[in-house]
Amino acid sequence: MTELTEEKVIDSADGKVWSQGFIKGMTEEGEQLSEINPESGPLGGSAVKAHSHGDSHGGGIGIPDSSRAGRLTSYKLADFPLITGREEDWRFTPLKRLRGLDRVGVKGQELNGAAPAVEATGPDAVTVETVGRDDARIGSAGIPEDRVAAAAWEHFKEATVVTLPAEYAGTVEDVTTLTLTGSGETPAAAHILVHAKKFATGIVVLDHRGTAVLSENVEILVEDGANLTVVSIQDWNDDAVHASAQHIKVGRDAKVKHVVVNLGGNLLRTTPSARYSGPGGDVEMYGLYFADAGQHLEQRLFVDHSTKNCKSRVTYKGALQGDGAHAVWIGDVLIRKEAEGTDTYELNRNLILTQGARADSVPNLEIETGMIEGAGHASATGRFDDEQLFYLQSRGIAEDVARRLVVRGFLNEVIQHIKVPALEERLRDAVERELAASA
Amino acid sequence: MSTLEIKDLHVSIETEQGVKPILKGVSLTINTGETHAIMGPNGSGKSTLASTIAGHPRYTVDSGSITLDGEDVLAMTVDQRARAGLFLAMQYPVEIPGVTMTNFLRTAKTAIDGEAPKLRTWTKDVKAAMAQLRIEPEFAERNVNEGFSGGEKKRHEILQLELLRPKFAVLDETDSGLDVDALKVVAEGVNRAIDAGGLGTMLITHYTRILRYIKPDFVHVFVDGNIAEQGGPELADRLEDEGYDRFLTVAPATA
Repeated sequence: MTELTEEKVIDSADGKVWSQGFIKGMTEEGEQLSEINPESGPLGGSAVKAHSHGDSHGGGIGIPDSSRAGRLTSYKLADFPLITGREEDWRFTPLKRLRGLDRVGVKGQELNGAAPAVEATGPDAVTVETVGRDDARIGSAGIPEDRVAAAAWEHFKEATVVTLPAEYAGTVEDVTTLTLTGSGETPAAAHILVHAKKFATGIVVLDHRGTAVLSENVEILVEDGANLTVVSIQDWNDDAVHASAQHIKVGRDAKVKHVVVNLGGNLLRTTPSARYSGPGGDVEMYGLYFADAGQHLEQRLFVDHSTKNCKSRVTYKGALQGDGAHAVWIGDVLIRKEAEGTDTYELNRNLILTQGARADSVPNLEIETGMIEGAGHASATGRFDDEQLFYLQSRGIAEDVARRLVVRGFLNEVIQHIKVPALEERLRDAVERELAASA
Repeated sequence: MSTLEIKDLHVSIETEQGVKPILKGVSLTINTGETHAIMGPNGSGKSTLASTIAGHPRYTVDSGSITLDGEDVLAMTVDQRARAGLFLAMQYPVEIPGVTMTNFLRTAKTAIDGEAPKLRTWTKDVKAAMAQLRIEPEFAERNVNEGFSGGEKKRHEILQLELLRPKFAVLDETDSGLDVDALKVVAEGVNRAIDAGGLGTMLITHYTRILRYIKPDFVHVFVDGNIAEQGGPELADRLEDEGYDRFLTVAPATA
């Protein structure tokens, strides 16, 4: 049952106060109708309880410990202090379940497992190479921002480089897919670079499967005028642990669509960041996650507006079900002083399907100049509650169909933005599977 | 011809203060083609009756029965009741994020009929019904009740009534919160559904205003969980003049 409360209602006709146990949204007072229905709506009332803005762990309401601009970045593991779990950056992550990825170099903790096996398919024009650590292109799009990513950077043996040649014009059918199959439970490091040269257009999918304890850096280098879509799917086995730092560098007038799909794994921590190297860049970041019982799915984003007239749009949506299902979404957006004409909006929505699941959603917007086009954010965590179920059932729709209808609709909003037909189908199926697993 | 029969119905809810009886022996029979107005002051149990018929889990039926053509309604799940031909137009329709009206209406129609409606005629029917209720076409692509005003929500309830074509419709204060223009649109919709035939209607209302537009065959006055008086349309006229005061002095509503 949904939480139900007794509320006192003042009868406007005679001023008498009476009380009646009632269902939210089913009182007798017409006057209480409101457009948004803040109590029983999906974004209000009890739903808010499942949503937190910073709590006793540190930080303030929506305010990070310090400006995101001041965060340490380094390729060297030794530059990063040990993680205690009290840092703003780590306060939601259950460190014990990271299986040592956070303690590389401490008490003999190694990161030397075999990296996932990479299998590539796609159009001939797009090259996929395996290169050594000393390849000049490594490091061209990113730099680690936390200890786990730095450990991966120090320890990876070989990198996979995907290159879309200059002016390559791929269609939605020309999808380059890297299937990364985990090779076991020994902590491992991996490195991937996706490079779209000038005016290249194309789609690259990173499809993570199998079992792994993996720390990964993904560099996404998008040169001037290029138009690149990168979809990173984490559909691991239930026992997998995966930290993935995805560094996006956006060239002048380049367009990037970055999609994170977090479905399978015990603990997934995906940290995409986007930086602009020239004006006119346009970044769309989409995320879709479905947390089941016991899963921790963490998404931490950063968009660093450091040049003029760039645009960013962030839309992450997640469904949660089952005991101990936990989703974390942190959206940091920084508009630096020199980033005049910035246009940014970020949105996170969570749909909690059962008791016992928890979503933390924290948008952070730092603005250092007033000369911008627009900046905004929205975050809401709603509950699929018994009133919604009752409504749908009262129209003849059976319970399981009703539940599917709601979740499908909710997540479809993200799926339909991916615009890669082959993938949309698969993701819809994946959502169906997640739902079926709950029934 | 169908019959919805409510016999000696006792219903309670659980509150923090314990179990609270709300309906105390309601008996009422509605046949196809009849329109019954259920009137009464706040807290008299009108909405409880509506929700109990639809099967809301909040309400516990302690004794009595509800049958539809002899079938035990109380033994059915909420969706089974709807498929059996019962429809509740809700007082406060909830918002369903992520589900468009189009998708919702088609899914409901498919569930009720047991087969998907023929796409072409269905789309035409929906469009026509929306136009008659002065619902803008763009609402078809909006999520169910999301961001709808009070009046828009009520018109969508009647839209569903017209499209799903139940055997019995329970309208739970469909008139409350509506201005007179919206009320007329909604009343026209209900009258169309009644005139289309095959429908029995239970019209729950606090006010007599809607009865100027929808003519009841029978009027029942609810006070403190029971029917205090019943009669024909003339009873509504009397209530319009006198209000509920004479009932309240006899049997005060629970405070």
